[in-house]
Amino acid sequence: MEANTAVEVGRLSRGPARVIGVARDTLAITRRNLTGLIRVPRFFVFTIIQPIIFVLLFRYVFGGAISVTTTGVPYVDYLMPGIFVQTVAFGSITTGISMATDVQSGMLERFRSLPMARSAVLAGRTVADLARTTVVLVIISAVGFAVGFRINTNVASFVGSLLIVLLFAYALLWVFSAVGLALKDPESAQAASFPVIAPLVFASSVFVPVSTMPSWLRGFATYQPVSVTASAARALCNGGPTLSWVLQSIAWTIGILLVCAPLAVWSYRRAV
Amino acid sequence: MVEGLRKNYGEVVALQGVDFEVPVGTIFGLLGPNGAGKTTTVRILSTIIRADGGHAEVMGHDVSADPVGARFQIGLAGQSASVDANLTGLENLVLVGMLAQIPKRLARSRANELLERFFLSDAAGRPLRTYSGGMRRRLDVAAALIARPPVLFLDEPTTGLDIQSRTELWEVIRELVRDGSTVLLTTQYLEEADRLAGRIAVIDKGTVVANDTTTALKARLGSTTIELEMGSEEEAIRSDALVGHVCTLANEVEGKTVRMGCVQGPQALIETLRVLGENGLEPVNLEVREPTLDEVFLALTGEHPLDGGSGPASKDGG
Repeated sequence: MEANTAVEVGRLSRGPARVIGVARDTLAITRRNLTGLIRVPRFFVFTIIQPIIFVLLFRYVFGGAISVTTTGVPYVDYLMPGIFVQTVAFGSITTGISMATDVQSGMLERFRSLPMARSAVLAGRTVADLARTTVVLVIISAVGFAVGFRINTNVASFVGSLLIVLLFAYALLWVFSAVGLALKDPESAQAASFPVIAPLVFASSVFVPVSTMPSWLRGFATYQPVSVTASAARALCNGGPTLSWVLQSIAWTIGILLVCAPLAVWSYRRAV
Repeated sequence: MVEGLRKNYGEVVALQGVDFEVPVGTIFGLLGPNGAGKTTTVRILSTIIRADGGHAEVMGHDVSADPVGARFQIGLAGQSASVDANLTGLENLVLVGMLAQIPKRLARSRANELLERFFLSDAAGRPLRTYSGGMRRRLDVAAALIARPPVLFLDEPTTGLDIQSRTELWEVIRELVRDGSTVLLTTQYLEEADRLAGRIAVIDKGTVVANDTTTALKARLGSTTIELEMGSEEEAIRSDALVGHVCTLANEVEGKTVRMGCVQGPQALIETLRVLGENGLEPVNLEVREPTLDEVFLALTGEHPLDGGSGPASKDGG
């Protein structure tokens, strides 16, 4: 009987075969998630439109009133690396929404009844959303160049700045996966995520230098993960002291992953 | 197969010792109202959730000790699991097939066979969002079959379907068993359990209140009611005397109406009308009623089932 071959494959899944099995399942789930993103492009549109509005708003409306003398570059050059981080920070909320939708629709129950790698559900979601984030970031960069953003270092450093932002984004995807799985309801996931991410984005160096903020806020605004990553991306685009910011950003990324990935796995186990 | 299964949700007891065994190659009906524990049972058996107590095996694989082994034996359709609304019919089947660890090419060819068998070939390339309820349920059952598992769990597969889609799905389920599958079917409809299952366990408030062959269960429950309304009271009394022997379960005459409880509904009806016709009697009105789930519960437990899906296993309600 053909069904028996499946049983044998499953039994033999140890060692390298198991790694291949996990990769295969992750790829299948990733494809499924990407297909969903393309067929129902509302998350794409939502995550692109919003940063574009911020680019236009800060470039043309508020930008004139903001003087960034400390950095020695035009405001748009200061702004864009910050916008990259803001884009991925707000965009990662949709991961929580997607995860909660899968819990609510019963998709997670289907996955659980199948002899697949458990880790593939979370891995497939975060990998698909990282791909989405990459596309969005490229589009936002193009918008930046169109409104006058210029790289003051070199192309390699600019690519490095996108990579450091994407690395940070991947950690955030796990944060919001955990949120979505814990809340199990798309609306709640969205409602709960915004108040967490908004202060991190606004009380930060994303739009204005922290030196203009009151002293009680300055400490938080300098060293919180969004600011640190924005500073790292900015240094890579505009020059200046770079390594320290990059290392701090990577430290935050690793720290967040170490805490939130197990948390997401734990909520996944309890989600159904 | 299932022994003393228990499950609590916090303080709420969803299952309090459920026992039954499903013989290989048969359809077993798990019949009960919303919140009885049907879906909870299926969710435990399909390894989606863990039982708090008891023991359950699927083809020799303990669902808590060897969930992966059990997963290779089962296919799941109905309320407990879903299909992806954004994927096409074909994509859904291939996805489930691949995650059931069958090679992609095989998944693809089986998916096409199943789409054809379930009359979904024309819709194979359309996202499920565009499917009707009946089409979606058929695809759901197809997804359960893609890995050709020996055991199938169909959790209220026809709830919310119109009569035509329901009948079509019944035919599909019968075919599966002809091909050698073992099916555990949960349903709120006595008629459905009656039409499909060889054995039925009636479940209420997390316990099995009856477990018997369908025929034996129906005999115990009085089964079909035939109601004859005659032209006059005298005619009713004469009719009762003539046809009373056809059905012997709780017969009564009330005014112009003769009411009879029959084990074999259709045969009894033919016999009744034949005898009446030979004696020149013609009912003014004729009614044949199958017992409702409500009546079954009344007969088995002496009380009406709880209303709605607000019971312990409220996930039964979807």
